[in-house]
Amino acid sequence: MTAIQTAPANPLAHGRLHRRTPWMVLGLSFAVAAGVLSLLAAAGTIGSLNLIAVAVLGTVFYIVSIGVLSSQVEGRRQATDRIVTAVVTTAFVLAVIPLVSLVFTVVANGLARFDVQFFTFSMRNVVGEGGGAVHAITGTLLMTGTAAIISIPIGLLTAIYLVEYGRGPLARAITFFVDVMTGIPSIVAGLFAFALFALFFGPGVRMGFAGAVALSVLMIPVVVRSCEEMLRIVPNELREASFALGVPKWLTVLKVVLPTSIAGITTGIMLAIARVIGETAPLLIVAGFTASMNTNLFADRMQSLPVFVFTSYANQGVDFQADLDRAWAGALTLILIVMVLNLAARLIARFFAPKFGR
Amino acid sequence: MNTKRAGSLTALLAAGAIVLSGCAANETATDSPEPGATSDAPSTLSGTLVGAGSSAVGAAQTAWIADFQMQNPDVTVTYDPTGSGAGRETFQGGGSDFAGTDRAFNDEEIAAGGFQACAPDSGIVQLPLYISPIAIIFNVEGVETLNMTPEVVAGIFAEEITNWSDPAIAELNEGVELPDAAITPVHRSDDSGTTENFTDYLFQAAPDVWTFEPDGVWPLESGEAAQGTSGVVDAVTNGTNTIGYADASRAGGLGTVAVEVAGEFVPFSPEAAAAIVDASEFVEGRPDFDLSIDLNRDPETAAYPVVLVAYLVGCETYADPAKAELVKAYFTYMASEEGQANAAENAGAAPISSTLFDRVTAAIDVIG
Amino acid sequence: MTATTPRPASAEALPAKPAIRLGDLLFSRAALWSGGLILVILAAVAIFLVAQSIPALTADPADFVGQPASFLDYVWPLVFGTLWSAALALVMALPLAIGIALFISHYAPRKLAQALGYLVDLLAAVPSVVYGLWGIGVLAPAIQPVYSWLVDNAGWFPLFAGPVSGTGRTILTAGIVLGVMILPVMTAICREVFLQTPVLHEEAALALGATRWEMIRMAVLPFGRPGIISGAMLGLGRALGETMAVAMVLSPQAIVSFALLQSANPSTIAANIALSFPEAYGVNVNLLIATGLVLFLITLAVNSIARYVVNRRKDFSGAN
Repeated sequence: MTAIQTAPANPLAHGRLHRRTPWMVLGLSFAVAAGVLSLLAAAGTIGSLNLIAVAVLGTVFYIVSIGVLSSQVEGRRQATDRIVTAVVTTAFVLAVIPLVSLVFTVVANGLARFDVQFFTFSMRNVVGEGGGAVHAITGTLLMTGTAAIISIPIGLLTAIYLVEYGRGPLARAITFFVDVMTGIPSIVAGLFAFALFALFFGPGVRMGFAGAVALSVLMIPVVVRSCEEMLRIVPNELREASFALGVPKWLTVLKVVLPTSIAGITTGIMLAIARVIGETAPLLIVAGFTASMNTNLFADRMQSLPVFVFTSYANQGVDFQADLDRAWAGALTLILIVMVLNLAARLIARFFAPKFGR
Repeated sequence: MNTKRAGSLTALLAAGAIVLSGCAANETATDSPEPGATSDAPSTLSGTLVGAGSSAVGAAQTAWIADFQMQNPDVTVTYDPTGSGAGRETFQGGGSDFAGTDRAFNDEEIAAGGFQACAPDSGIVQLPLYISPIAIIFNVEGVETLNMTPEVVAGIFAEEITNWSDPAIAELNEGVELPDAAITPVHRSDDSGTTENFTDYLFQAAPDVWTFEPDGVWPLESGEAAQGTSGVVDAVTNGTNTIGYADASRAGGLGTVAVEVAGEFVPFSPEAAAAIVDASEFVEGRPDFDLSIDLNRDPETAAYPVVLVAYLVGCETYADPAKAELVKAYFTYMASEEGQANAAENAGAAPISSTLFDRVTAAIDVIG
Repeated sequence: MTATTPRPASAEALPAKPAIRLGDLLFSRAALWSGGLILVILAAVAIFLVAQSIPALTADPADFVGQPASFLDYVWPLVFGTLWSAALALVMALPLAIGIALFISHYAPRKLAQALGYLVDLLAAVPSVVYGLWGIGVLAPAIQPVYSWLVDNAGWFPLFAGPVSGTGRTILTAGIVLGVMILPVMTAICREVFLQTPVLHEEAALALGATRWEMIRMAVLPFGRPGIISGAMLGLGRALGETMAVAMVLSPQAIVSFALLQSANPSTIAANIALSFPEAYGVNVNLLIATGLVLFLITLAVNSIARYVVNRRKDFSGAN
């Protein structure tokens, strides 16, 4: 390559590859891969020139050649570093492909019905085309919001208990049960909430609040688990410094531990909300299905976006395209709602977080 | 932290408020009566009616409910498409006012009684109001329709006939170019009334080939499985040389099978599907208002035998007279020519014949 | 976590009894009661599950749909499918999640990293129905040719045994969909933990002449190990309990098979509940809830093992 410096006399120092060299190697690798494959295609060994094959082969070429080159010039340790950098970046690109494909699918299909009517109309008395999901959006916001109001304080306080106070059998029991709870199938949570409410209100009970309780059962363990992890990595030095200054424990937790881990906790809570906001099965059981607007959490059926999406997909009428379009638009809306919530939470978290070195 | 939580809550509430204040534009004020609304006198009905059950009836219920609510602006009808089994249990437990189910309540269930929404000692009214042809769909390039005998259909789904060029298929379809390719039969992976009706057809019409009892769960442990009607249609469409069975309204651009009945090849059609119900007997030993049908899948006449019949189930006598009035009005609407035409247009159902209509009307009269 | 409150070594060195502050009392009580409340809720769910399962365990298996020989006979293929699909998902997603998290926390430029982290978080919110739709509509048709190629060229390998599925809706596809689903959760947790690595540790490593990878290996990964395992457990929990996406993507049968590319695949417990519950009645409802109890126990076992691993390694980790 162009810029290999001569090895200096100092035995501890090594030559370095020029900043641009890896990029050039990358380009060359892809060119070679494309060349080899098109030769093979011309020779008839493989069917046709495949972009994915070029990408795969090019990446392999790059990893090998940068490794060899770097170990020749820079030594084994630097070569390992370069290879790992390449592998990590590849992992990232590899993972991004399905995620981008997914987002693209949702956006491309969802835009067809992403219009004003979708956000102002319910499905009451709508057959075939038209109609909207305002009743489902309202229901989702109300039920998920209620679930969050129930789950976040309980979950966060429990995480604080486990990290700051808890020891002995109770803490172990809580940890144990929370772990088990992360694996409850959502439909079972729905059945549980239904059984609980049917006990008090009779078998015909369908209400948004019951849906919120079902979601809470699913949400609490996620909140506890992620918040616990985030509280645990707050360095003890901070707590000890606070105690040494005579700050009471509760204020230490409130003013030192929580702000330090606020970014992580926000992420954890958003993950928990995201986990439950897309739940279909439990809400279909306890909150029911309706085409009309309902803003009362404590009476009557309440529609939610995931149920809306699922039933639109599963029970298509003769004009099935209208149902499919509504389903995709509902999915897009759901993602956008979480996006807005996420953005708001992050801004607030950043506002309260202490300023770190990084 | 508290502030953060409060903050995210505020954001949530703000977003909520925007949506709430918007309300649903199509629900504000009284719904202006549709130009086509046919109610002669203004409706005096009001209240809420709750149903639950078969998802196969889901699309039809959406259409029926919309029309019925427009004729009766003060009535709200909801239907939870949770599935037949769940629908029957909900109705039995008193959780709903009527049920939609892919099979009627059987003798044991009726004898056990305990229908909580009904008055004590009340019977139940079972009406076959949703008749839907099941199409046998396939995806073979260049072929739009094929003739098959029940034995051939059973052979394909039992995986005894595994190639499209099999002489058993070819001799029924002279002049059709069939590929020399393996058949991929697709069946439902979920427990469903469609599967139960389809296997019942195979069991009745081709007992020599299909030896499995009719069941909602596919009896074989091979072949491709997909969830729901939509899943089967997707699998058949996206695959090649596939064959499956699905609600006829979703057959779309796929090829369909005309099945042999009484020496003729009958393609699916609403009329032919409705005819099979007339060619069948009602289940014996039931009261007049229980119109459970024992479908005859191997009739003498050229009717289309692969159909799903879903029942709407209500009480003979309701514990709450107000509910009785609503159920009666709603059932009357669904059975009416208008209601059946609505389901045909929006859900691809087959309208019930006039013979059945008379029986149904008589049965609805006993609801009180 | 072990040494948050340093206790006085000897009582005489301090005043007889430290004053208990009201704030401290209230706060610790609130935390304690929350923990207790969780215990109550979760115990209630467990009791509900057990109570509802008992009729299925005592009933005659002939009453069940499909007439299995026994409850175990019914549940074993589902248990196998659940573990197998979750394992596939985890094997594919865990290295990728660590890779993405490292990329975001230590490789990508700061501005880009934040945007990327945000994007990944969002994907956790995509409802499983949408993953299901994407799985049947996009992934399965796209990947079917690869499966065909694998069966043709590597069919001797037991996992890739034929005949290949004509639609690509196999357990491997379900595993990929599950992997993509749990990727955001695992990435988010790993990333947050990696970002919390004490800067001093990192700088110390770099100052000793470590390359970036050596710094990560010596400072970041040991510190983040419990976090990685926590993230993996959360992901695994979701993969084990995922209902709708698997139900929509997979072509299931009641069989036990390791083959990845065939039409007949073992189903999972959660997907089976979703597929069978709507039409279930009588004792079959109890049967399904009993399978839910089995899933509960599986999760319990998996999590206990993971806990054990975390606790054993705790002394060596960089965390408290």
